[in-house]
Amino acid sequence: FRIMAGKVKWVTDIEKSVLINNFEKRGWIQVAENEDWNFYWMSVQTIRNVFSVETGYRLSDDQIVNHFPNHYELTRKDLMVKNIKRYRKELEKEGSPLAEKDENGKYIYLDFVPVTFMLPADYNLFVEEFRKNPSSTWIMKPCGKAQGKGIFLINKLSQIKKWSRDSKTSSFVTQSSKEAYVISLYINNPLLIGGKKFDLRLYVLVSTYRPLRCYMYKLGFCRFCTVKYTPSTSELDNMFVHLTNVAIQKHGDDYNHIHGGKWTVSNLRLYLESTRGKEVTNKLFDEIHWIIVQSLKAVAPVMNNDKHCFECYGYDIIIDDKLKPWLIEVNASPSLTSSTANDRILKYNLINDTLNIAVPNGEIPDCKWNKSPPKEVLGNYEVLYDEEMAQSDGTDRDLRGRPGQSPGVKGSRARDSGKPVLTTWK
Amino acid sequence: AMLDPDRGLSLTIARVVQRLQGSSLHSQLERQARVSLHKPEIKLESLKEDIKDFLKTSGWEKKLQNAVYSELNVAQSPIQPVLEHFQVWSIHNFSGQPGSWEKRILKSLNSMCTELNIPLAQKRPVNEQKELLNKWNEMGTDEPDLSLFRPVYAPKDFLEVLMNLRNPNYENGEQPSFRNHLGLIQVPLKVKDIPELKEDFSELGLNIGQLGIDDSAQVPPEFFENEHVCVGQKVLAEQDSAAAQQYVRQGCPTALRADLWALILNISNQPEDILYYEQLKSNVIQHNLLVDSLIYKDVKLTASNDDYYFVFEDYLYQVLLCFSRDTSVLEHFTYSSATPPKSYIQGKLGMEEYAVFYPPNVNYNSFILSVAPLCFLYHEPSKLYQIFREMYVRFFFRLHSISSHPSGIVSLCLLFETLLQTHLPQLFYHLREIGAQPLRISFKWMVRAFSGYLATDQLLLLWDRILGYNSLEILAVLAAAVFAFRAVNLMEVTSLAAAEAVLADLSTLKVMPLLQIFLFATVT
Repeated sequence: FRIMAGKVKWVTDIEKSVLINNFEKRGWIQVAENEDWNFYWMSVQTIRNVFSVETGYRLSDDQIVNHFPNHYELTRKDLMVKNIKRYRKELEKEGSPLAEKDENGKYIYLDFVPVTFMLPADYNLFVEEFRKNPSSTWIMKPCGKAQGKGIFLINKLSQIKKWSRDSKTSSFVTQSSKEAYVISLYINNPLLIGGKKFDLRLYVLVSTYRPLRCYMYKLGFCRFCTVKYTPSTSELDNMFVHLTNVAIQKHGDDYNHIHGGKWTVSNLRLYLESTRGKEVTNKLFDEIHWIIVQSLKAVAPVMNNDKHCFECYGYDIIIDDKLKPWLIEVNASPSLTSSTANDRILKYNLINDTLNIAVPNGEIPDCKWNKSPPKEVLGNYEVLYDEEMAQSDGTDRDLRGRPGQSPGVKGSRARDSGKPVLTTWK
Repeated sequence: AMLDPDRGLSLTIARVVQRLQGSSLHSQLERQARVSLHKPEIKLESLKEDIKDFLKTSGWEKKLQNAVYSELNVAQSPIQPVLEHFQVWSIHNFSGQPGSWEKRILKSLNSMCTELNIPLAQKRPVNEQKELLNKWNEMGTDEPDLSLFRPVYAPKDFLEVLMNLRNPNYENGEQPSFRNHLGLIQVPLKVKDIPELKEDFSELGLNIGQLGIDDSAQVPPEFFENEHVCVGQKVLAEQDSAAAQQYVRQGCPTALRADLWALILNISNQPEDILYYEQLKSNVIQHNLLVDSLIYKDVKLTASNDDYYFVFEDYLYQVLLCFSRDTSVLEHFTYSSATPPKSYIQGKLGMEEYAVFYPPNVNYNSFILSVAPLCFLYHEPSKLYQIFREMYVRFFFRLHSISSHPSGIVSLCLLFETLLQTHLPQLFYHLREIGAQPLRISFKWMVRAFSGYLATDQLLLLWDRILGYNSLEILAVLAAAVFAFRAVNLMEVTSLAAAEAVLADLSTLKVMPLLQIFLFATVT
């Protein structure tokens, strides 16, 4: 009985083997939601309930959950853009060099999200921008959906008449979050490999927002479209060409079930170094790390930094043919479904490493701990940014650090994550 | 009969001169010489010397040097430091009729044609030509019915043939070291032992910096990597093939590899090279070959299911379809005893411009795997094509044809077995006892130069050394080193299937440490 009392009690509402196997291998005990639990891996619907004002749910010190209460500040497409825009304006107001603009008025260091507008709210602003480049293509995405659902491309204003605020055909559309869309400039010059378009999926673990402490999973991957990419307008309707979501690609005729159209990030690195050179490849990866950290800093002030929470995000990034990375979106519940055997292994290890950091020693947690795991437990994670460490270094160099700066700020080896590899230490 | 070295040398010179005469480099040099006559520094009194100096300073001498060097690398040199008379075997000495292996393949192809009622080669109707031209860049999306096509042979068929080779001119007893050979290969070719390999591969020694070992994350780059990169950049600036070949023995920095390999292989992608590729491409468009379907099927099976290579599926079709029509490759076979069968477009028998050839290995699987890694380095189709063709002509064809050459597959198999039996006798005997002759497992690695088995970055480091040493022997050494590395587990298995399982996944191996330990740190 004494032994049982010391074991972590877990609940989940996501029936995925990669999760359950990890809990079981730690000897944790499965319990029901209404019982006393220590660890709850919940879906985003559940987190909404747990932290909603009505339920008055109070988590005790020995309870940990896998989402921040208002993660949607980062993971909803419209709010992410809003927060980044706000963050940039704030930096500009305080005269920070990070907010520097070039002669065309574009941010030099903080222009990493494609131009985006909310619809129908910003419809007129969008039209103004659209008319500047009438031959451009835009991508419409519903704010509240995932897995590529409801996305379509447009290149004519008539295709989105419905969202116009003074449209006679629609009565005033209620701002229910289901019908809100964002429209972003479509990146029609993606970097192609073997003639195919791909995007990057990177996993980032945040253990606390204030101070910001985040980790990057080394084993990210590229997701390839099965059909050859063409910017031709006649293929705009062919989602297999344009969307890299595995959920969409899986139903294409060419989808291959053995490899699932994925490459490891290290493969990508090898290819880019071999064909483009080492400097530009290092610069690309530095920039990728940079934009992830900036996106987290942008939402940190508005995040409810509840100490019972940690979160593992799935970052979607596209690289264009000038080797510039663009942040497309951040997922709060990255898919735990495995499309191939290798995939299953990867996700299993991802959860394993995540749990090792979030629940130290696999023991009953105490949410008041300092969230500084020793280096040995990181597994395939690397420290991406540790605000406390950065500040205790004397100069707040990381805040001033920019992509492409001297290696002194970055740490000795470019092969590591570009940001200073800081050893966090109890 | 021992060849007089001097006579052999002048033969070599004569051959190289003959090959370079009439080449585009020859006409370019002539043109340059003629143009230089207008230069003030060229004086009539010292015409010859002045032109020579001019060619030197303008870099043309270096180009000639590289071309000569390249020819020497490709041509099978008849000069061996130690000539054993059984090294001048030709295929006629192997059992069966001359060229029997290749004839067997052609026979199999012909019977497939009859069965399926498809000619070996035919001209494409015009609309089909147009269609193919349109989808040249995305042939991967086609889904023709290939179920009736079967592979002409599998690697294990080839191994069976090799196992049954005998030289009627020989008693095995004449080669004392061979008397106790317990492996599958039964022809007593001369292979190197570890002391000889250590000498040959001296740059892989423990005291010498290597990429693949001394560039790992724990080692500060100042120790070796930075300096090595600098040297590499200098070698490229000098455009010296021989220096490049020496340099890559310690591995290529990823950013310099594409250029270094091109320099060693003497590929410069001139306009006439691009034109040649375009001609091959138009040949593909115009004519449909039976082997096209075999290629298609093999690419689908192989590359499409590979974790690294699937991305390049479309490039693979392009390269291989063109390659199967490239009869210039045949020239190189006059130096080797393998003579690939030739066929002619239906109705054009005997007309050379309508000839197509079937390379010795009609199992395109191995071809595919030797092209695919190159896609990581070259994405311009004609350059990719030429690099592949040169790699094939210098190295890979030896993996698919029967000869006595030290880099030929027969020698590699024997080298592997000998290394294993000599240095890991317990393991060798154990595996033999349980019906798991080691060559049965390692054959597929060697015949594919480890492509598809190693992680791509490791494979490229291995191929650096193939180019650097101009030899495939390292494949046999690596195969033995892999067995040595997994020896503990292998000693515990009791069946061939279990042994295969232990050696199924090589994707986590680091090749340079394995090679280094096997050659330089194992007690012999």
